[in-house]
Amino acid sequence: MATLGLIFSNIHDKEIFEVTKKRTIASAPIGGRYRLIDFTLSNMVNNGISHIGVVTKNNYQSLMDHVGSGKEWDLARKNGGLVILPPYGASQDLYNSRLEALKSIINFIKFSHADYIVLADCYQVCNIDYKPIFEQHFETKADITCVYRESNITADDYSPVVMLDVNEDKRIVGMDIQKSFLGKAKVSIDTWIIKKELLQTLVEDAIARNLKSFNRDILRENLNHLKICGYPFRGFFGNISSLKSIFQVNMSLLKADIRNELFNIPNRAIYTKVRDSAPTKYGVNAKIVNSLIADGCIINGRVENSVIFRGCHVNSGAVVKNSILMQGTLISEDSHLDYVVTDKNVKIIHEKQMQGNLKKLLYVEKDGVR
Amino acid sequence: MFHKKEIVAMLLAGGQGSRLYALTNRIAKPAVPFGAKYRIIDFPLSNCINSNIDTVGVLTQYQPLILNDYIGNGQPWDLDRAFGGVHILPPYQGKTKTDWYRGTANAIFQNIAFIKRYNPEYVLILSGDHIYKMDYEKMLAFHKQKKADITIAVIDVPIKEASRFGIMNTDQDNRIFEFEEKPAKPKSTNASMGIYIFSTQVLFDYLEIDENDSKSQNDFGKNIIPRMLADGKRLFAYNFNGYWKDVGTIDSLWEANMDLLGEKPRFDLFDPNWKIYARNDPFPPQYIMEGAVITNSLITVGCHIEGTVINSLLSHNVKVGKGAIVMDSVIFADTSIEEGASVQYSIVDERVSLKSHCHVGSSKGQQGKITVISSDVIVDQGMVVQAGEMIEKDVKR
Repeated sequence: MATLGLIFSNIHDKEIFEVTKKRTIASAPIGGRYRLIDFTLSNMVNNGISHIGVVTKNNYQSLMDHVGSGKEWDLARKNGGLVILPPYGASQDLYNSRLEALKSIINFIKFSHADYIVLADCYQVCNIDYKPIFEQHFETKADITCVYRESNITADDYSPVVMLDVNEDKRIVGMDIQKSFLGKAKVSIDTWIIKKELLQTLVEDAIARNLKSFNRDILRENLNHLKICGYPFRGFFGNISSLKSIFQVNMSLLKADIRNELFNIPNRAIYTKVRDSAPTKYGVNAKIVNSLIADGCIINGRVENSVIFRGCHVNSGAVVKNSILMQGTLISEDSHLDYVVTDKNVKIIHEKQMQGNLKKLLYVEKDGVR
Repeated sequence: MFHKKEIVAMLLAGGQGSRLYALTNRIAKPAVPFGAKYRIIDFPLSNCINSNIDTVGVLTQYQPLILNDYIGNGQPWDLDRAFGGVHILPPYQGKTKTDWYRGTANAIFQNIAFIKRYNPEYVLILSGDHIYKMDYEKMLAFHKQKKADITIAVIDVPIKEASRFGIMNTDQDNRIFEFEEKPAKPKSTNASMGIYIFSTQVLFDYLEIDENDSKSQNDFGKNIIPRMLADGKRLFAYNFNGYWKDVGTIDSLWEANMDLLGEKPRFDLFDPNWKIYARNDPFPPQYIMEGAVITNSLITVGCHIEGTVINSLLSHNVKVGKGAIVMDSVIFADTSIEEGASVQYSIVDERVSLKSHCHVGSSKGQQGKITVISSDVIVDQGMVVQAGEMIEKDVKR
């Protein structure tokens, strides 16, 4: 059974937050050495999908740099492999929704040799096995299967939230697209399984009728005509929607059970771009407490409850607490950081005291010098 | 671009490395892990690509499985090329005879067809058991400038160690007039590093002559170079001033690993202009737990540290349990050191399991001998492995 993967790298662009100003959400850094898309790409590859289209819209330079030819995911293939799908058409016609994105790649879908298509997004940190989802898809004889999770929606989540009403037969009988809902609900994680022919027909129909929204105009409109089922995903799910959530998901990786669930499942490793960094070097004054540290770092100071990305320097006398240092950050002598998120290649030289808190994280933008 | 190369490198990687004892039971010496995330062969391979040499033949013979697997298509070193790239060259069966590689020169002789395919002007001969960073392009420029038939890289060694090496005695122009293999009374301190650049035709001529000499041991150092010298060929010594270490013994392997440590290490892995490339495995970043103590060490992906690590190097997925101590040691990948266990002044191979409260080796100051634990060994709870021991079988209660 040939399956095509489609990854939407920009779909949440409207909710731009600090880290995604200069990149797609797909290339937002996470977990010391990863970008968000690594999880979705690895999930697809580990489930045997070897033909994957990544739909892009804007700011996709860093994404292209990250995925390259796709060889780290074994996707540099003659047949299939990784295909970047840049926007097509004049700039004023750029898509604004998932459905419009699908319309613009209708030919890519049409000419693929796939029987099934898995559609997924990049705002999610999870290691997900598609096998039971496909099993349920066949068992229920569903036309479309939508993956959801039981979630407690907070103000930090994306809006609108797509809430599902799933009956005992796993069929989705209601769909509520709400902008201001808070509380417990079955929330779509924007991962779908669908037969290629059906997706093609639905998108062609959407083109003809000038429909705009995948959730509203295709799924909700067809709840009675098509069999659309829900599959509950119960594993760890890191939902990235804001600076705070980037911070929290990174911090959750300090817990052994979450790390095990994401990274230590046999044959389901998370792959990422290789940077050929040296091993991390700890100096004689290094003191590390409860931290996740990637390769290529030189640590001479104190690091506590933090996630340190590749190639960071923490000089002696520096103290980094409850912080996220993204790739290539330099913390010079005697600087104290607490609740700080530094983006790529930040240098903290002059500031000796940066004190944030969980409610008010301090963020230093890419290439910033403080 | 697709019809010839100026220079082709031939990397001799067939050595057994018998002086590394237990560490090379199952793998060839060039595949021995080094520096927490590398294998020895990463250094010559990275030197090649950093010197713009993109065609490398790797001559294998002894236990080649892991080495072959590791090199693969050469992608980690950017050596997966449409024309050129890295090629594994094992001994092969000929129409009339089948031969193992009988010596370094014979190994190259058997692969003349490989070299000819690229029609190079020069051939670089390398060995797979040295740790160093060297720009072969500069050596090639020297070779051309001297109009040499062969250029031999030499390094200045302390006079008291000179008798362990092949010593090149040179005139003011760096031309070699005498070569002494392991001389009792060395006249100079120019030790051969086993790195040669040949002008291709000269190499082919001498390989031919050497092959027809039934008394020859088919070795570059013992046969080819002395014969060229006797024939009055132009032999030049190229002085190399950087760090260079032959890691052919347990002691030198340990020392070379330790040379990577410190604020100003003897050998720097963090040089942005000379990256060392390696095949990477997909593991998460290292996790350091509360209560861990880490001082002056190199640690890589997948490690999980709860105990104490001092002056040591840890390859991927090494676990150091609570209260465990790793000191002055080199630990290879996937090894676990359980709660309360200690490892001192040791080299511990891959996938070793040191159960809780066992003790391996003794502190460096005391008896001065390195302890070695071979791959897949289990040392049971509470057991003691004495300093200087070489363990190849499980240590059971």
